Amino acid sequence: MDIKSMKNYLYWLYCQFELITCSYLMEPWEKLLFYTFNIAMLVTVLYAAYTFVSGHLSMAFQFFWHFFGNQRENTVPIMK
Amino acid sequence: MANPSAVCNGHLHHQKQNNNLLKSGIYKKNGITKGMKKNGVSNGTLYKKTFIEHFEQAPMYVAVLTFLGFGVGTVFGYLRDFMRAWGLEKRNIAAEREQQKDFVPLYQDFENFYTRNLYMRIRDNWNRPICSVPGPQFDLMERVTDDYNWTFRFTGRTIKNVINMGSYNYLGFAETDVNALKTVTIELEKYGTGICSTRQEMGTLDKHVELEKLVAKFLGVEDAMVFGMGFATNSMNIPALVGKGCLILSDELNHTSLVLGARLSGATIRIFKHNNMQSLEKLLRDAIIYGQPRSRRAWRKIIILVEGIYSMEGSIVRLPELVSLKKKYKAYLYLDEAHSIGAVGATGRGVVEYFGMSPDDVDVLMGTFTKSFGAAGGYIAGRKDLVDFLRTHSHSAVYATSMCPPVAEQIIRAMKCLMGLDGTTQGLQRVRQLGKNTRYFRRRLHEMGFIIYGNDDSPVVPLLLYMPGKIGAFARRMLEKNIGVVVVGFPATPIAESRARFCVSAAHTREMLDTVLNALDELGDFLQLKYSRYSKSSHPELYEETRLEFED
Repeated sequence: MDIKSMKNYLYWLYCQFELITCSYLMEPWEKLLFYTFNIAMLVTVLYAAYTFVSGHLSMAFQFFWHFFGNQRENTVPIMK
Repeated sequence: MANPSAVCNGHLHHQKQNNNLLKSGIYKKNGITKGMKKNGVSNGTLYKKTFIEHFEQAPMYVAVLTFLGFGVGTVFGYLRDFMRAWGLEKRNIAAEREQQKDFVPLYQDFENFYTRNLYMRIRDNWNRPICSVPGPQFDLMERVTDDYNWTFRFTGRTIKNVINMGSYNYLGFAETDVNALKTVTIELEKYGTGICSTRQEMGTLDKHVELEKLVAKFLGVEDAMVFGMGFATNSMNIPALVGKGCLILSDELNHTSLVLGARLSGATIRIFKHNNMQSLEKLLRDAIIYGQPRSRRAWRKIIILVEGIYSMEGSIVRLPELVSLKKKYKAYLYLDEAHSIGAVGATGRGVVEYFGMSPDDVDVLMGTFTKSFGAAGGYIAGRKDLVDFLRTHSHSAVYATSMCPPVAEQIIRAMKCLMGLDGTTQGLQRVRQLGKNTRYFRRRLHEMGFIIYGNDDSPVVPLLLYMPGKIGAFARRMLEKNIGVVVVGFPATPIAESRARFCVSAAHTREMLDTVLNALDELGDFLQLKYSRYSKSSHPELYEETRLEFED
C-alpha cells in the first residue's frame, strides 16, 4: 500500500507541475519538447554541481581557514 | 460574518458576538488595507447594516507561478507562430489571399496572439451548446475536437441533468412548468410572436403599457419604459441623455454596454476606481472647480454611471455614500441594476431596497429582465418627465423593434408573482430562498479556504483560480462531475486574476448545492485552489481567541 500511495502522490505532483507550467495545455509534441528542454537543463545543472562545487567548496574552506588565523605555509595558491 | 473585534482605520470596534468565525481579518500590505472593509464608523450612520466585502490577495508565490505559466505559454505561442509563418504548420486562422499580399494587411497578426495561442487551447470550455431550458439543471450537447479545439463535431449524445452554476437564473423563473406558463401560452396564441414595428410606429401594444405600469409600481417610481434588448437599453439611451459638453463619471469595472453608451454619446468620460468613493469625490471636485477642459465653463451635466452588482467581482455599489455625494455636488445618478433587480433586497426590489433608501434618490433606474425574470429586454424607470423624454428621443424607441408579447407576458407574470399580486407568497419565498442559498454557498466556500470576491449578500460568486493552466482543468473536471461552470480569464478580468464565476439560483436545492460544494472541495484539494489564509478550522470550539489587530 505504501508503494501505491507513493505512486499516487508522485502522480499528483506531476499534475501540479503540468498545471503550473501550462504543459497541461500543450499538444504532445510540445510537451516532449518542453520536458526534453527541462530535463536537459536539470541534468546540466546537476553535472556542473557534481563536478565543480566540491572543488569550489574546498578552496573556499581553505581560504577562510587561512584568513582567520591558522598561519601555516600553504602549498595551494589562493584563488582570488 | 463580522470579526468579533475588528479594527478599521485605527478605531476599535466591538461587534456583536457572532457564531460565524470567519477569519477575514484586516492585514496591511504596503499601507493599503485589503480584506474586510467596514464603513460603519467613518461615515456615521449611513449604512443601516454592515457592509462586508472581501477582496483577499493571494500569497506571493501564486502571482509568481501565474506569470511563470503565462511566460511558458507565451514562449510556445511565439514558437507556434514562427512555425506557422514559415509554413511548417497548417494555418487555421483567417489569412489573405496570395494576390493580396502586397496590399495593406487585413489581419494584423499580432493582435490576436493571445486568442490564437492561449484561448484556442481551452476553447472547449466556452460556447457549449445546451439543449434544454437553463434551469437549475440542464442538458448539454456533447462535442469533441479532433484538432485541438480548432473545429468541433457533435457526437450526437446529450449529457443530461448537468447542475447549472452559470446561468443568471437568480429567482428560478426559467422554467417549463405548464401551470406557470399558462398566461404566456394564452398571450402567444393571441398575439403571435412578431411585432414587426418600432415603438414609435405601430409597435406599442397594450401589453407594453401594462408592463410599464407594472414595472413602475414594482420599483416605486412614477413611470417606466421597456426595451426589447438589455444591452441596447444602455447603449441606446445614454446617448439620448447626455451629449457633448457633459461629463460622465464611470466606474472602472462597468459593463461594456455602459462603456459603449458613454462613448457613443460624445461626452467626456472620466473613470474612478472601483467602488471607491474617495476617488469619485476627487473627480467631482475637480470637475466643478475646473469645469470643461479648454473653455473652463461649467459642465452642462455631470452623470455618474454605476452598477448595482458588478458581475465579475460580486461587489455591491456603495449606494448611500453615492447618493449623499451626488446631492452635495449636484450630479445625476444612473444605476444599472442588471444583476441586482430581483436578486437583492428584502422583497427583491434591488439595491435601493437593500440599503433602505427611497427610489427618488436615484435619477435613472435601469435594469434588465434577462437575469431574474427569465425573459429578455430592459427597462428605464424614474420620473415621468424623464421617461416621456426617452419615449421621444431614445434611439431604441425610434429604430428598434419593441419587446415581443409572450416575453412581455412572462415578465408580467414573474413580476406579479414577486409582488404577491397572483395571490401566493411564492415570489417572496423565492427571494428568501435565494438569500439563504447565497449565504450558505458563500459561507461554505469561505470555510473550505477558497478565495472568494465580493459582498456577502451578492448571488454572484467569483472563485479565484489565478493560473492559466487551472482554468481549463477546472472547467473540464467539473463537467466530468456533471456540473457546468463558467470560467473567465483575460481579457474580461485582469491578467493574473482568472476566476470561475458561480451564479446561485433560488431554484437550487440544498442537495444540489451540497453536491457542488463537495465536488469543489475535492477539486480544490486536487488542483490546490485553496489559497485563502483565513479559512476556518474544522473545530470551531478551539478557535475562541479574540483577534486584535492594530493598524499603525
